[in-house]
Amino acid sequence: MNAGEPVLDITDFSVVYRTPLGDVRAVSQVNLALHTGEVVGLAGESGSGKSTLAYAVCRLLRAPALITGGSVIYRGRRVAGPTDVLQLGSHQLQQLRWREIAIVFQSAMNALNPVLNVRDQIVDAIRAHLRLPRRDALEKAGGLLDLVGIPRSRLRSYPHELSGGMRQRVMIAMALAADPEIVIMDEPTTALDVVVQRDILAQIVELKETLGFAILFITHDLSLLLELADRIAVMYAGQLMEVGTAAEIHHEPAHPYSRGLLNSFPSLHGPRRDLAGIPGTPPNLLQPAAGCPFLPRCAYGTDVCRTVDMDLERVASSADPDHLTACPFVLPETPAPGRPRTDAEQELQA
Amino acid sequence: MSSNGSSEHARGREVVSAAAARGPLAMEAVCLSKDFRLGGGEVLHAVHDVSFALYRGAVVALVGESGSGKSTAARLLAGQERLTSGEIRLDGAPVDPSTRRAFRQYKSHVQLVFQDPFSSLNPVHTVHHHLQRPVRLHQGRESRAEVAREVAALLEQVRLTPAGQFTGKYPHELSGGQRQRVSFARALAAKPSVLLADEPVSMLDVSIRLEMLSLLDDLRQRFQLALLYITHDIASARYFADEVLVMYAGQIVERGPAEELTQQPAHPYTQLLVASAPDPDNLGGSLRDGGTGSFRRAKDGPPAARQPAAVATPERGCPFAPRCPLAIDRCRSDNPALQPVSAARAAACWRLDIAAPGVVAERGGT
Repeated sequence: MNAGEPVLDITDFSVVYRTPLGDVRAVSQVNLALHTGEVVGLAGESGSGKSTLAYAVCRLLRAPALITGGSVIYRGRRVAGPTDVLQLGSHQLQQLRWREIAIVFQSAMNALNPVLNVRDQIVDAIRAHLRLPRRDALEKAGGLLDLVGIPRSRLRSYPHELSGGMRQRVMIAMALAADPEIVIMDEPTTALDVVVQRDILAQIVELKETLGFAILFITHDLSLLLELADRIAVMYAGQLMEVGTAAEIHHEPAHPYSRGLLNSFPSLHGPRRDLAGIPGTPPNLLQPAAGCPFLPRCAYGTDVCRTVDMDLERVASSADPDHLTACPFVLPETPAPGRPRTDAEQELQA
Repeated sequence: MSSNGSSEHARGREVVSAAAARGPLAMEAVCLSKDFRLGGGEVLHAVHDVSFALYRGAVVALVGESGSGKSTAARLLAGQERLTSGEIRLDGAPVDPSTRRAFRQYKSHVQLVFQDPFSSLNPVHTVHHHLQRPVRLHQGRESRAEVAREVAALLEQVRLTPAGQFTGKYPHELSGGQRQRVSFARALAAKPSVLLADEPVSMLDVSIRLEMLSLLDDLRQRFQLALLYITHDIASARYFADEVLVMYAGQIVERGPAEELTQQPAHPYTQLLVASAPDPDNLGGSLRDGGTGSFRRAKDGPPAARQPAAVATPERGCPFAPRCPLAIDRCRSDNPALQPVSAARAAACWRLDIAAPGVVAERGGT
């Protein structure tokens, strides 16, 4: 699957937010590649920097956000040669956005304009980016709704006349308007209930198979990614903690944070598991402490973690050279440390 | 409809709630119905003939998709909406929170926690202000020192410690989880016997949800709260609740002990819910091969098959019939009542023998 060069290659990418109190390091030295036809999941808690990363890659952030380093190389079929997104001027960026890289934003409830009907919004987007005559744009808008399974009669509907699931489908249809190579989805199904969520995800996968784009899927719900994504990047405090295939993250998680995430959702299928959760709260990125950012919440932590450099390295015991972890001490085979459980947790198990 | 409301209710009650073993009966909802008038003479049956009971020290989960009426049911129980018909009983006595004084008294027994901790706290008031009001109103405490002591105690109960660090803070200075803890503390300030939690964790990060649920569980145990946990996440209901009620289009379509119901769902709708929950063990499963699961093909069906029933029409058959893969003519003309399938389980479906042969066979044995 990973043969050939990636369609998007993010290298040493860093973003800060300039505040009067100092720089908030929202994204630090992230390396991530996306191949055609691949679903890469970006998982992390709120505030971990996953949305900042995705938006900064498209240069959608403005001051006080500042890209402080790295490169983002885009290799599309319609673009001659590799392009560094970070070097593009505003006109070139306009060419890139939507046509090459499209985004489905979080909370479709608010992303659509409430005073325009669906048709006008889709036609607007198409005409802004494709320069089609109005008649063709109208026809295309209808075709896009077909694609996501909404009857064409809904073109005249206003957003408030659509259910949450339908609005989300409209957003997906709009993102696909210009046949992009990459679709970035930022928590596209978080506000929806499970039945609708599953329906939409299945549709996204189907569209991906037919149209052949790559997906960067951002969510805090790791259980969803395990089923959906080919590869998963786990992000914490602006840094990648672990990267691996869905199977590796699920069955051989190396990093303590990935293990914590895996242990924090109740599963419906299979035997009842021991749930632990992750105690504590994410660190303050304004004054990051030296060493591993996860240390204060880590069950495996030792004093060495304060000084050692936590860079993504290959998991030594893994057969896959692309299974990377930022923790040099904990390996997939490391047993979980004992931790006295609270009464409430024991009750929850009972 | 073949069965009238009262017989339906009577049949539902043959089932012994899985929550009853935990403690004495606290609150009973008897045949609750709530209609909303829409424009054009249409009526939305948001809640239709719903009966269940809450017991001290037990968790009952109300599970359903958005628009199923679960939040309306909570608002009815909280006295925030008037019943169209039915009765709410608190400690055995019918309640009527329609006058101001009765409502205030009712609120000191029954408290509601909302989903969104970002909008349920007033941004211009401190944590102390949010908590001191119910302490004064419901506990009748007057002196400043007493109130301050009580507020600190409440914050410690929800593990916001040291309390002194939090009393002066405004909602925007707190994280989502911390805000929801303040909401819990505010509900506890009235010293209620019943706590209605409407999606208390669904706005929070997955990693924080578990902590919040174990906090709720801890509070339930310490104060012998009768807890109604409303959620669309049936997986968390499995771990957290004693009894699960599944609601669809305003009606309870299945009820039973949490583990049994989630592992062996009987009603086709419950089966759909369970099948839709993310399943990490199903790597490369239905989602990634293009979703060839049985419900995937609903896309090709009539548009109604993909849309949740917005308006329940109980006069005209089972509300789930338009989406149900097993529906027969009878389902479209006749609304099934909840019928017991075992000592603690009931389901409202005409085709249980096909939908859940295993569960129904057990009924023969018991």
